[in-house]
Amino acid sequence: MTALELAQQLRAKFAGLISDPVEFRGEITLKVSDAERMPEVCAVAKKELGFDYLVDITSVDNYGDDPRFTIVYHLYGYGHLCWLRLKTEVSEEKGELPTVTGVWRTADWHEREIYDMMGIRFGGHPDLRRILMWEGYPYFPLRKDFPLAGKGSDVPEVAFTNAAPLEGGPFVTIAGGKDTVAREPRVRIPETEALETNARLERRQGIKKAHGHSHGPGPIEGKR
Amino acid sequence: MAEVRDIEFKETAARLAEAARPPAPSPSGQDADELKGEKMVLNVGPSHPATHGVLRVVVELDGEIITGARPEVGYLHRGDEKIAENFTYTQFIPYTDRLDYLAPLANNVAYALAVEKLLGIDRQLTPRCQFIRVICCELARISSHLLGVGCYAMDCGAMTVFLHTFTEREKIYNLCESLTGARFTTAYTRIGGLSRDLPPGWVEQCRKFLNEVVVNIDETETFLTRNRIFMDRTQGVGVIPRDVAIDYGLTGPNLRGSGVEHDLRKAHPYLVYDQLEFEVPTGSTGDCYDRYLVRMEEMRQSVRLVHQCLDQLPGGPINVSDGKIVLPPKDRVLTRMEELIHHFINVTQGVNAPPGEIYFGHENPKGELGFYINSKGGGTPHRLKIRSPSFVNLSILSWLLPGHMLSDLVAVLGSFDFVMGECDR
Repeated sequence: MTALELAQQLRAKFAGLISDPVEFRGEITLKVSDAERMPEVCAVAKKELGFDYLVDITSVDNYGDDPRFTIVYHLYGYGHLCWLRLKTEVSEEKGELPTVTGVWRTADWHEREIYDMMGIRFGGHPDLRRILMWEGYPYFPLRKDFPLAGKGSDVPEVAFTNAAPLEGGPFVTIAGGKDTVAREPRVRIPETEALETNARLERRQGIKKAHGHSHGPGPIEGKR
Repeated sequence: MAEVRDIEFKETAARLAEAARPPAPSPSGQDADELKGEKMVLNVGPSHPATHGVLRVVVELDGEIITGARPEVGYLHRGDEKIAENFTYTQFIPYTDRLDYLAPLANNVAYALAVEKLLGIDRQLTPRCQFIRVICCELARISSHLLGVGCYAMDCGAMTVFLHTFTEREKIYNLCESLTGARFTTAYTRIGGLSRDLPPGWVEQCRKFLNEVVVNIDETETFLTRNRIFMDRTQGVGVIPRDVAIDYGLTGPNLRGSGVEHDLRKAHPYLVYDQLEFEVPTGSTGDCYDRYLVRMEEMRQSVRLVHQCLDQLPGGPINVSDGKIVLPPKDRVLTRMEELIHHFINVTQGVNAPPGEIYFGHENPKGELGFYINSKGGGTPHRLKIRSPSFVNLSILSWLLPGHMLSDLVAVLGSFDFVMGECDR
C-alpha cells in the first residue's frame, strides 16, 4: 500500500476535515483544518492505518501570516514502511492545541520542545515544561521575531543571557540595502526593521579607548 | 544472538511492581508509614562520568531502588535551528559536525542528502560521490560504535576495552584527517557533492584499517561478550519490549535491540545501499546486552560495506556539474564570466531552493537523524528542524529506569549510547 492510498483512506474517514493530499518530492502532506481534532485523526492513523511510529512533531512560525503557527507531524508505519505528513494551523491568539501524547508517548518531549521554542501550548499534556531552555526563561527563541543575537534575560541564581556580539563571519545578505550592516538580517529585528545595538562596533570602540588600536588588544610585536 | 541467554532476569515491569508494593504491616501493629523509609531524591549529573556529557537525571530512590526518574536535557543547547534559518544551506554544513560529534561524517552526509532532496538532485549525484559518502557513513558508524562500546564497558567496570577501542578510533581520525583535512570537525560534504576527492593512497590506508579493526572487534568481543561480570551487569537490565520501543520512537541500535528489524538503509535505500550486501542485526529481549550485541554486529557489517565500496569505487567526478549548485572550479572562475557569476551567486545567496517542504531520515550510528526543511524559496531555509535520535531515545528513561537498582542506571544510560551535542542541538 502506498502513502497516497493511506492518505486517501484517512481522508475518507474524516469528511471535510482533511484537505487533498499534496505531493512534493514523493512525500504526501495532508492538512487538517481543525487543530482541535488532531488527536482523533492521529488515533485513527495509528490504530486503523498502522502508523505506529511518530517520527517527529515540529512547528513553523509563519510570521506576519494568520494563522501564525503551523504544526507538522511526521508519521511512519513499520508495517507498510510509508511516511505521512500531517499539518495543522494554530493562531497566535489561541496558541494552543490538544496533545497527542495519548496516542504516541514519544510526543511528550516533541511537544515540550515546541512549547519551549515557540510558545505553543498543548492542552492535556501531562508535563508541559520547558525542555531545552530553563524554567523561567521569558522568551520563545525560535519565533521569527526573536533576534538571532538573543535578548538579555535574568533568572537570579538560575541562569542569565546576554545578547551575543555578532562578530564578522559570512552572512546571508539581502540585495538592495544601503550598507553591509543594514543588509545583514542577523542584526535586524523583524517587526521594526531597526538595527540591534551594534555590539561589534561598541566593543571595537572600547578596545580603541583602552589600547589606542581598533584591531585587537594591541600588536604582538610590541609586547615582545 | 540467542545462544548466550542463560541467566534468568526479571522484566522491568515486575521490578517496578515489587518496588511499588507497600511494606507488609508489622506484627506489633506499628503504623506502616513509620517503618517506611523516606524517599531520597538524587541528582545524577549534569557532570558525571556515566552521563556521557551533560545529561542530568533526577532520580527518586527508595533505598537503592529507583522509583522515579526525570531526565533533564538542554545544557548544551546552542540554537542550531535558529542559526540554520539565518545561514545559507552550505554555510550550515559545519554546524552539522557538532550534532553527533562522534560521527560528524555521517551528519554531513545526512544534511547534504536532505538539502539535495529539497533541490530534487538526490538521484543525480555522481556514482563516485555516492560511494565515497557510503564509505564516510560507515566509517563514522564504526567510530561511533567503538566509542559507544568502549565507554559502555568502562561504565560497567572494564577499563581495558576503552583503551583498546580508542586505539582503533585514532586510526579512523587519521583517515578523516587525510580525507577532509580535519580530524574531528570534518565538514566534508557539499550540496551536490564533496569538498574534495580521496587523496592518493587513501584506499590502501582504509583497507589496512579495515583489516586491523576486524581483529580489534573480535578482541573486544572476547573481553566482553562472555564476560561474567559484564553479562550480569547488562542481561535482563533495561528491558524494552518491542511495542514500547516503537511507542517511544526509539531508533537505531536501541530499536533493533528490541527486535524490530528496521534499518532506513534497507527500508528506503539512499545513495548506493541498494547495490550493497549487508545484514541488519536485531536483538531478541531488548535488554542492555542485546543493544551491545547489535552494535558489535553493526560494526562488522559496516566493515563489510566499506570493503564492497572500495572494491566497486568508480572513477569520474565527485560533484554534480550544475554550476548553480556546486562552486565551479577555481581556474574557470578566474577566467570565465559565467562561472564567476555562479561562484558569486553561490557564495552570497546560496543555492536557489524551490519552495516546499521535505523530511529526510538518515540511518545515523545513533538512530534516525532527520532533517525537516521548510523552504519558501531562496538560499536559506525558512525552518530547519533537526530530529535527533539521542533526544528521542532519552525520552524513554522516565519509563525505563523505575524499578531498577541505582547501579543499573549507569548500565542503562551507557547502553543507549547517546550524545548530548545532538540531543540539545
